[in-house]
Amino acid sequence: MQDFQRHTLSIIVADEPGELSRIVGLFSARGFNIETISVGESLDPRWSRVTIVTRGDERTIQQIVKQCERLARVREVQDVTTRPHIEREMALITVSAKAGDERQEVLSLVSVFRAKVVDISHTQLIVEASGNKEKVDTFIELLRPIGVTDITRTGHIAINRLSARAEANAA
Amino acid sequence: MIAQRKIENRVATLTAPAEMPTGAKMLIQALVHEGVDRIFGYPGGAVLHIYDELWRARDRITHYLVRHEQGAVHMAEGYARATGRVGVVLVTSGPGATNAVTGIANAYMDSTPIVVITGQVPKHLIGTDAFQEVDTVGITRPCVKHNYLVREARDLPAIVREAFHLARSGRPGPVVIDIPKDVSAARSNYSRLDHVSFPFSTPLSRVDDDLAREAVRQIVNAKRPVLYVGGGIVNSGAVDSLLSFAELLRLPVTPTLMGLGGFPSSHPLCLGMLGMHGTYAANMAVAESDLLVALGVRFDDRVTGKLATFAPHARVIHVDIDPANIGKNVTPTLALTGDVRQVLDQFLSLVQSQSKERLASWWDQIRQWQLSQPLRFSGSQNQIKPQTVIRELHRLTNGEALVTTDVGQHQMWVAQFYPFRRPRQLITSGGLGTMGFGLPAAIGAQLALPNQLVVAVVGDGGFQMTNQELATAVQYDLPVKVLIMNNGYLGMVRQWQEMFYDRTYSEVDISVAPDFVKLAEAYGVAGFRVERPAELREVMEAALKHKGVAVVDVVVEKEENVFPIVPAGADARAMITQA
Repeated sequence: MQDFQRHTLSIIVADEPGELSRIVGLFSARGFNIETISVGESLDPRWSRVTIVTRGDERTIQQIVKQCERLARVREVQDVTTRPHIEREMALITVSAKAGDERQEVLSLVSVFRAKVVDISHTQLIVEASGNKEKVDTFIELLRPIGVTDITRTGHIAINRLSARAEANAA
Repeated sequence: MIAQRKIENRVATLTAPAEMPTGAKMLIQALVHEGVDRIFGYPGGAVLHIYDELWRARDRITHYLVRHEQGAVHMAEGYARATGRVGVVLVTSGPGATNAVTGIANAYMDSTPIVVITGQVPKHLIGTDAFQEVDTVGITRPCVKHNYLVREARDLPAIVREAFHLARSGRPGPVVIDIPKDVSAARSNYSRLDHVSFPFSTPLSRVDDDLAREAVRQIVNAKRPVLYVGGGIVNSGAVDSLLSFAELLRLPVTPTLMGLGGFPSSHPLCLGMLGMHGTYAANMAVAESDLLVALGVRFDDRVTGKLATFAPHARVIHVDIDPANIGKNVTPTLALTGDVRQVLDQFLSLVQSQSKERLASWWDQIRQWQLSQPLRFSGSQNQIKPQTVIRELHRLTNGEALVTTDVGQHQMWVAQFYPFRRPRQLITSGGLGTMGFGLPAAIGAQLALPNQLVVAVVGDGGFQMTNQELATAVQYDLPVKVLIMNNGYLGMVRQWQEMFYDRTYSEVDISVAPDFVKLAEAYGVAGFRVERPAELREVMEAALKHKGVAVVDVVVEKEENVFPIVPAGADARAMITQA
């Protein structure tokens, strides 16, 4: 096995029906695995930004990028991982914690991770956490012994740092 | 929601008076505007509006009614590959579309420009499992350059315009336009869109001069260079540039199956095809080469065999119009993304002719390989050798026939024993390997080139997959000749079973077949049969001279094998040259 690095691809695609499935189909047809995917409007609402996290060796990633670029409605594909970048993900985590020590423990973790409690009942809380993958993973791991009953994660969004973009523009 | 829809409908009727054209009419106008004068198709419920308009426009567009939708697509491919123009297909929804998929995938693999128009159920029925509904856009998505589900009639002109642009630009390929029945009925404004821009396409830029200069430097300094040339040469019209470049530097040339005819096969610089059934000299030259110049090729596994040992000593310069082809299978030392003709012309502007002595020892070596292991086969007194049939075809047609094939043994014998001299002279199913391609492709080519002798060389297996198109050939008076290499077997599969599966002939006997002469006669065309070597020439000559469609059933030796063969996934040096 070669070195399988995690790569975050940022794809600008026309906001038209079916375009997302074209991109996803490309991955599955060639046996490329998608770890996370998120889609949203970009600066120009006629174009969506798709952020896909995938794993592969250099050749596989290059092949994915080129295949995506070949799609008629894709304007731009960037492997943001190749330059300094910021990655964020959000998670909504349901934790079972009764009033008392358990709940206090959750609240102190929430504070350490700068998360937020967004819903609460007598027996459960929903907390919202955001950050890079490692931070969200760690937060969930620490909550797990207390009793995590549900998780929903957005998948990554990413953008190159301003310094990296200035560099790219100069080049 | 329902109330809103009612209002929209009323607005639509108010702004679409009866004199405005229907979607169907706009489609026809847009096609005429693209220069389309021929369509291959098969009607059905979802395309009735379009067929109604097509009938009215029959003085401008001739429709060719096929007998199966797969045949329509292969005919469009044959037409496109014979001329370089975009082939057009019209089929109905559901089974019409699914029957067309094989042809669409074939065109995708072989980079053939076609536009396939499919009917779809009315918009309000989409997703309801309606009669003859399939998700055509979904089914064809992995095997098209692009596809469209048309939602509004007013979008049709721009979509047709872009579809044709996409089909023929860059690396050509198929585009599908799926039109719901209500869209072809709806009335809207037609605008000609002469100046429509393509906001999504980026024009291909010229290869950087420094990169071209470096490539030329490497080529001029190489001691054992080989030009490995493919379908890109044909598609980009680079044949003359390639010939000049190869002659100027006396470079050995080996074409792929798709590249045959892109360089004259009988030219002294031509080593013959490379790959699984390529010549010994071509494969050895690649194996020993120190510089492989790959022009308009994609390093297909049938060419490379085992990738790790392909051209092990060579630096690789890869020129291709499709960036995704570069670095896909083989990482080049120099990558030039661009139109191969433009790149070759750049090369030509940068080189001077070389001394004849420069590659002398390399050519000595190549000549030795050619002499030691030429293409050969053992003769027979009582059985017709399939290779002889192809040689005879070459002789009787003065090497001028346009030949189409299916896939399999007969295809490889054509590639080996019919020296093609010009591009677009061989139309074969390369990438997908589609049985049944040959006859319909020949019909499409014949239509494009009415004065050209067109011969479909097919196997007895493949012929039976699309032989119903004989009726189409008869209906439109397209005098193709069909040469059936009849061995009663699925020959290539049998050969692999013989060589790699201990002669276990599992399900390859197709000797229960119709009498092909009677079948031809049933279609009202001339049928010939030849079983003895002594009669081969005479019968073939009579068939080729026949004015109309002719079918020749050539009963050949049953267990002949294609040699050389490099076993799948093996090193080229593991080539088996003789039984």
